[in-house]
Amino acid sequence: MVDFTLQREDWSLHRKGHIDQERHREKVREAIREHLADLVSDESLIMSDGKQIIKIPIRSLEEYRIRYNFQKGKHVGSGSGDTAVGDHVARGPPDADGQPGPGQGEGAGSEPGVDYAEAEVTLEDVQQELFRELELPDLAEKDEADMVVDTVEFRDVRKKGITANIDKKRTLLQALRHAKKDDRVVITPDDLRYKTWETIVKPDSNAVILAMMDLSGSMGLFEKYCARTFFFWMTRFLRTKYANVQIRYIAHHTEAHEVDEEYFFTKGESGGTICSSAYQYALDMVNREYPPERYNIYPIHFSDGDNLTSDNEKCVQLVKDLSSVSRMFGYAEVNQYSRSSTLMSAYGKLQIPRFRTYVIRDKSEIYGALRHFFSQQQGVKSA
Amino acid sequence: MTQQELAELERSIERMMDLARAFGLDFYPMRFEVCPADVLYTFGAYGMPTRFHHWSFGKTFHRMKLDYDLGLSRIYELVINSNPCYAFLLDGNTLLQNKTVCAHVLGHCDFFKNNAAFRHTSRDMVERMASSAERIYHYELEHGRRHVEELLDAGLAIAEHVDPSEEGRNARRASKERMYRQRLGQRPQSTRKVREPGPYDDLFELDGPLPQPAEEFIPTRILNKDVMLFIIENSDALEEWERDILSMLREEMLYFWPQLETKIMNEGWATYWHLRIMREMDLSDEEAVEFAKMHSGVVLPSRTSINPYHVGLAIWEDIERRWNEPTKEEQERYGRRPGEGREKMFEVREVETDVSFLRNYLTKDLIEKLDLYVYQKVGNDWRVVEKDWEKVRDALVASRINGGIPVLYVEDGDYRRNGELLIRHAYEGMELDLRHLEKTLPYFYRLWGRPVHLQTVVEGRDVTFTYDGKKVQRSFAKD
Repeated sequence: MVDFTLQREDWSLHRKGHIDQERHREKVREAIREHLADLVSDESLIMSDGKQIIKIPIRSLEEYRIRYNFQKGKHVGSGSGDTAVGDHVARGPPDADGQPGPGQGEGAGSEPGVDYAEAEVTLEDVQQELFRELELPDLAEKDEADMVVDTVEFRDVRKKGITANIDKKRTLLQALRHAKKDDRVVITPDDLRYKTWETIVKPDSNAVILAMMDLSGSMGLFEKYCARTFFFWMTRFLRTKYANVQIRYIAHHTEAHEVDEEYFFTKGESGGTICSSAYQYALDMVNREYPPERYNIYPIHFSDGDNLTSDNEKCVQLVKDLSSVSRMFGYAEVNQYSRSSTLMSAYGKLQIPRFRTYVIRDKSEIYGALRHFFSQQQGVKSA
Repeated sequence: MTQQELAELERSIERMMDLARAFGLDFYPMRFEVCPADVLYTFGAYGMPTRFHHWSFGKTFHRMKLDYDLGLSRIYELVINSNPCYAFLLDGNTLLQNKTVCAHVLGHCDFFKNNAAFRHTSRDMVERMASSAERIYHYELEHGRRHVEELLDAGLAIAEHVDPSEEGRNARRASKERMYRQRLGQRPQSTRKVREPGPYDDLFELDGPLPQPAEEFIPTRILNKDVMLFIIENSDALEEWERDILSMLREEMLYFWPQLETKIMNEGWATYWHLRIMREMDLSDEEAVEFAKMHSGVVLPSRTSINPYHVGLAIWEDIERRWNEPTKEEQERYGRRPGEGREKMFEVREVETDVSFLRNYLTKDLIEKLDLYVYQKVGNDWRVVEKDWEKVRDALVASRINGGIPVLYVEDGDYRRNGELLIRHAYEGMELDLRHLEKTLPYFYRLWGRPVHLQTVVEGRDVTFTYDGKKVQRSFAKD
């Protein structure tokens, strides 16, 4: 009696799992977009080398159920023969690193205590969503030799070339042409057509960012953290999106000096605060190296606003000067407790369209600052 | 697998089925399909060859597939409770692995066919779920994908709260009949003479006296474990198509339910039989070693959980031994005769589910032999807190009650006289995951359309969680 069948079908069109997997990924992206503000200020993401995968909580991806609290429950396990009361079973949640369950994956999803609250997100994922929204405001084309980029354009079709560049349509057309008398289409080596490129020199916009950061004693951990996070994303954003953007780092307390990237992101200094020193340094740098008719200039300054009062007047004047040569001048103030700062109250009265200010009170507002400075119109106003 | 291997597998299956029948296994006609990992993992994630689309299945699929690709874990097989019984084999398995899987699957199929808990499951669920998928797809076209997805999110979140008992399973039909009977009972009685029912009775009824509330059924305060059904039948917030989708989800849950309730028994049973059947097969030396490796991988015990293959197999073999070689006392007191092991096993596989199986057959000796223990979080560490066999058994039994899912009851569908939904968690010593609870309440609200309350116990105190459409609030009972 044969009452079974054994068969193997062609399953190659079976894509259901992949379709719903794609929908899940779509939801991850949606969730990232919703949580950008938190993600942008997430230390672990920034500290990673970019390759690391960071786990972040994404609410909409967990499948919530009424279920037991694994942490508070009693569970049964099996030992190797001589387990005694008080023996150590595991540290932390027993399944923090994967399933401790049976050798087979089946039913693993119903294991209690497995927390799927986290979705894996890489720096790239966040970047992709974040940078979609950012751009250098008011970028103008400046004509100058070194503002060129080499791009390749496929413009020509030839009979010789690289296999990867075969022009399928033209090759097939060619084959069809001589196949008319015959009913079979055969592609001969003579029919092959290749797309060929030309290198084109394209003028591009040249831009320079003057990143200025207050490293005085009054800048606490939180202030520096916010400033560096901002500059971290800014640097990555500029390097990803623009070919010809230079970034110059200027650190200041009572006096300003140029530093390298590493120093800028890692070192702390101390002392009083004279912001005008940085502005003056930036202005000198512009005059020396970056003529405004050749460069789009974007000075951005981070401070806690705790400036020497007598210096404020000078600052206002320098802001005006710098703004006149810049496409956009950004001033961000990290002000955790909403103090009234001397610098901001001075700048508050300024009516320069190219001068943008932003107050960061909370880590999550770094994202707002990014959007505020790097958007075409005067972006989101800080509340 | 090569064509040659496939042909040999076919011959082996025939032999194994003969062996299985000779052992007394009773299964449906089998349909074995060899498919690639992608497909097998899809079926694994969806639980069925064809089921509606939902991102959560995609997520599961992705995770399972990733584990497989990375070599962390693999499913060897997937078997569907249906007649004929579909079993899916992994193309990438070796011939011997697939032989073992086939033997294992025969055990599962016998269990599906003969265990009492499965008696009422639809054996044509493959087709039913495919047609449900079709229907849901049409609702997507009609009402928009987002809308359907959002309903599925909510429906799937609470779908576990059904009543799989005989009464519960038939509740939908029963309540429809009851409503119908009620209507019949409200036919005009006193004002006119009793007439033969005619085609226009419903119109004549309009002239009759106002219908009296039926006495037999007052739905204000009932104990109802089937939260899903209660919502389907009583919610004002659902449209007909939404009720239809929820009914499909409920039906699917009722179909899967016996599998939740018999995990340890079922896996143990299938493992017991693949072992017996493979022992009868002519295996080469290499195959014998490969089989031994594969089998020991399957029954590998875990320090932090119960491996159903491992514990299940041990209990089945223990039953066989105890009924084959009863002690003198057992012979005298219970009248057991030697050699009744198999007979007893077949009886057990018919009548028990995990809870009764563990309670009746997980003995002191077994618990000590398997070195089972209860562990718990002590400070930051998880430590063994109990070795006493009765406590261990009871903890294991407790974890299997209701398939390991908290039991909820609908207390009141008109709470505060405002149509609000009051649900009670039947607390029996295990607290709920509060974070999950607070996130699930909005789904109840989505389906009920009015504030939802859930009573449970936290740290020994009665607490009610309320979601009013905006936020979740806790209120502790006053002592």
